[in-house]
Amino acid sequence: MEVPILRQGQYLIASIQSALTDADLSHLREALIAQVGRSRCRGVIVDVTALDVMDSFAVRTLRDIAHMARLRGAETVIVGIQPDVAFAMVQLGLTLKGVATVLDLEEGLAFLTRRTEERTLEAKPKKPSGRG
Amino acid sequence: MDTKKGTSVSTRASDAQALSESSAGLLRELVAHLRQNRTQLREEWARRITRAELLTAMTEEEIFAEATAVYDNYVEALETGTFEALQAYSRRLSERIIPRGVETDEVVGIVLLLRDVLARSLFTKYQDNVEKLNRILDSYEPAANRIANTVAVGFVEERERIIRQQQEAIRELSTPVLQVRERLLILPIIGVIDPQRARQLTEQLLRAIRANRAKVVVIDVTGVAAMDSGVANHLVQTVEASRLLGATVIVTGLSPEIAQTLVTIGVDLSEMATVGDLQGGIEEAERLLADRAPATERVREITPEATR
Repeated sequence: MEVPILRQGQYLIASIQSALTDADLSHLREALIAQVGRSRCRGVIVDVTALDVMDSFAVRTLRDIAHMARLRGAETVIVGIQPDVAFAMVQLGLTLKGVATVLDLEEGLAFLTRRTEERTLEAKPKKPSGRG
Repeated sequence: MDTKKGTSVSTRASDAQALSESSAGLLRELVAHLRQNRTQLREEWARRITRAELLTAMTEEEIFAEATAVYDNYVEALETGTFEALQAYSRRLSERIIPRGVETDEVVGIVLLLRDVLARSLFTKYQDNVEKLNRILDSYEPAANRIANTVAVGFVEERERIIRQQQEAIRELSTPVLQVRERLLILPIIGVIDPQRARQLTEQLLRAIRANRAKVVVIDVTGVAAMDSGVANHLVQTVEASRLLGATVIVTGLSPEIAQTLVTIGVDLSEMATVGDLQGGIEEAERLLADRAPATERVREITPEATR
């Protein structure tokens, strides 16, 4: 099952519609990272609203996507984790440390906009690298 | 069926077949006897109930009405050997009388009284024929025991159901998730937290975060007297899960005792934003909301200043 990747302004939106196999997830990761560079986007949103199970591979893939996208110059935010899924993840110790998560797509867009603004602000007075 | 089994066990193995047939006949005779003396026996029973000061919560007319119904169901259960109708009746009866404060010992008491009244009437009827009395009792006793059991168990089950229902209601009452202003929720926790309640708190909180699109949650534990490592870890998990939904959690009102316990037993709360009291927590939350910046990072910068 292919995950559609939409472009919205400076951001890419990957909206997962149904349960994914490990292969699908790896494919999503590769496709996203490739597109981040190709379209010079500043942010990635992965929408997992439709998922009612999140296993360790899925969580690791999401974390990898976030870290890899950051290396390619884009912030990642995961949106739409269901309450039950969130608690199950925490109980399994899959807490997505270091990855931004917000409630839904709208919040995700707001988050990325804020983040992009901050980075441009940071970049102006100080050194352009900005990331510690 | 059980009646027959019980009978054949208690008799010689020699002509069990014939005996079990005759025991069915005896049971018929017994039922006919009980039907015949219905009025007298049930009056006697109601009298005995009043004299034993059982069912004091009910009037005499009510006792007599219920006694009639129980009597008829009792005889029917004796006759047919099926207990479904009696079970259903005892459940309905329990539903009626439990709210009026009738206790378990009263219900068991009246059923045993009925058993006693009926047995006495059998003694009187067959006092000249001891051998027949014995055989009648052989078929009567197991069924009567089973009936007493059914009614008592029905009552207890109904009571337990009501208790469970009330516990659930109390639980829900005790965990309100309040919206103070847009995007800010408060969860005041009061009383003892057991694992089940902790789990329910978390579920309600996570649902509320989603429903109210909350950005910041203040969990106030001022009303919690003690916390063990299990509950503390659950609290940490709740904070983590809330973050996954995009909400920052601020914990307020950790009492000195709890603070000491948590540090002593070595629960790691370093990931958690904590503020002294609820007021401070709300101020902190408003600051976070005003900033609208990536919350988690900012909390750690601000917290030391706020507590200073």
